[in-house]
Amino acid sequence: MIASKSRSLLQVRDLKVAYGGIQALKGIDLDVAPGELVALIGSNGAGKTTTLKALAGLLQPSAGKIHYRGISLQHHAAHQLIQEGLVLVPEGRGVFARLTVEENLQMGAYCRNDKSSIAQDMQHVYQLFPRLAERHMQLAGTLSGGEQQMMALGRALMSRPKLLMLDEPSMGLAPMMVVKIFETIRNISAQGVSILLVEQNAKLALEVAHRGYVLESGLITLSDSAVNLLGSAVVRRAYLGS
Amino acid sequence: MRNVLKHLSSKDRRGAWIAFVVLAIVLLALPFFTDALFGRGWVRIMDFALLYIMLALGLNIVVGYAGLLDLGYIAFFAVGAYCYALLGSPQLGLHLPFWVVLPLGALLACIFGVLLGAPTLRLRGDYLAIVTLGFGEIIRIFLNNLNAPINITNGPQGISMIDPIRFGEFSLGNTHELFGLTFPSVHLHYYLFLLFTLLVIFISLRLEDSRIGRAWMAIREDEVAAEAMGINTRNIKLLAFAMGATFGGLAGGLFAGFQGFVSPESFSLTESITVLCMVVLGGMGNINGVLLGGILLVVLPEALRHGSGPAQQLLFGKTLIDPESLRMLLFGLALITVMLWRPSGLWPSNQRRRELVAENDTAQL
Repeated sequence: MIASKSRSLLQVRDLKVAYGGIQALKGIDLDVAPGELVALIGSNGAGKTTTLKALAGLLQPSAGKIHYRGISLQHHAAHQLIQEGLVLVPEGRGVFARLTVEENLQMGAYCRNDKSSIAQDMQHVYQLFPRLAERHMQLAGTLSGGEQQMMALGRALMSRPKLLMLDEPSMGLAPMMVVKIFETIRNISAQGVSILLVEQNAKLALEVAHRGYVLESGLITLSDSAVNLLGSAVVRRAYLGS
Repeated sequence: MRNVLKHLSSKDRRGAWIAFVVLAIVLLALPFFTDALFGRGWVRIMDFALLYIMLALGLNIVVGYAGLLDLGYIAFFAVGAYCYALLGSPQLGLHLPFWVVLPLGALLACIFGVLLGAPTLRLRGDYLAIVTLGFGEIIRIFLNNLNAPINITNGPQGISMIDPIRFGEFSLGNTHELFGLTFPSVHLHYYLFLLFTLLVIFISLRLEDSRIGRAWMAIREDEVAAEAMGINTRNIKLLAFAMGATFGGLAGGLFAGFQGFVSPESFSLTESITVLCMVVLGGMGNINGVLLGGILLVVLPEALRHGSGPAQQLLFGKTLIDPESLRMLLFGLALITVMLWRPSGLWPSNQRRRELVAENDTAQL
């Protein structure tokens, strides 16, 4: 038990969340090891976003334990978690529409005050997304959906995440753009950032992930390596349409 | 400002200084010109314009920066005004000096700002607007009814004979001879209000360009994302309410000392809406726009009051409609026209302007 705690970056045990009387999460277990890319897949209303919100401190769980880097996250507010490197890119991207791209990226570094390394990271983000460099003075609300998603990713990187939680990065994007975004996610992961990826597009998610969990109406029904899940008959029938 | 100057060439910098000096001279000479050209009543209107500008700048922090719609803002003005009135009038027999009472009023308003902010943190948009509207009315009704069983506010009659603003023996309530010039009371108040307005503008500018200012704007744009950036949204929103309320309380204290009389009817919902109009009409989130909105909304109704009578005489040879009732009609029309033609205000903020430019850019692509 102790050994597994020190090995995993994030350890979730029996997490329950209720909205009023409705039980959205009925007790889930989930682990993310350092450097791992873990996919959490499931259909609409399975509780994927709820899971991420609870982990990011935006929702108060009704029961369960969350350990992050060995610390219990019971009494941490959302704004404290980001300083610990636990960063959420919310569903629908959540860009600050009437701020410029550059100002948005700066907001990502809101909790840091080391000016020179912030400037360095900004250059790094611009290298990763040259499109954002071209448009750095443009208002974020006028970017295309894919550019906004890139900016949301770049903004999250500005806070130097240790565990990046992505909520539906493919939502509402053109197929070409989805491929590009997932390439970037793989890149970020290759640089050593742990990622917890929530997706409806199960195939794409499992193709980039190391491991995966299947969430169904508030319960985890399957967990395995991504390769095995892609091959599993149950997953293929339910989520891959074949 | 310093940053702006740094980017200018030495020639442009000299130009900026000349503009600054000219503006300073105009602002200093303005009450004398106004007095000579239009009469003393207009200097008084200018004094009120400055008070309203302070209010509008305070509300701009809450509405323009943080995006929290506050319809009861005048309550903080009332708190500041009544604080001054109670501590500096025969009402309670207290005559504390102006430099004690004014900061105290601002502090009290700040506390009320937090009191209003705390229970409304989870509310947004329409719901927040309704709660703040209720808060504004509660304060006014309290002031109206706190004359029994113990008479504190003197109820609807209001508090009169409030001490004038006084620096030692120098009272702003009297006419003074200085540097060979005659300074009537309204002129002296103009200079004092101008000083405080400049202070409020300076603080607003600094806030806009600060970490706090950016956090406010992030909350305005998307609160969940702001929280995910590590912004403590609770504290930052409370700070917006507190800062806005402080400016309101400051203006309230100055108002009480200037008027010498306060009553609950000065703090009605209409006043809250007028201040909100100044912010929206001028350009939300832009200090220049708010200044313009404040000046226009004080001067326009007065100009219409004084101008519509003679204009009718000229056109029809007689006064067809009472200028007093025509004034509000024209004023309303002017507001609607401006909002139709310039929906983001007369002088929109940089962001709004960039938004328009960006739209053109994408259209060209």
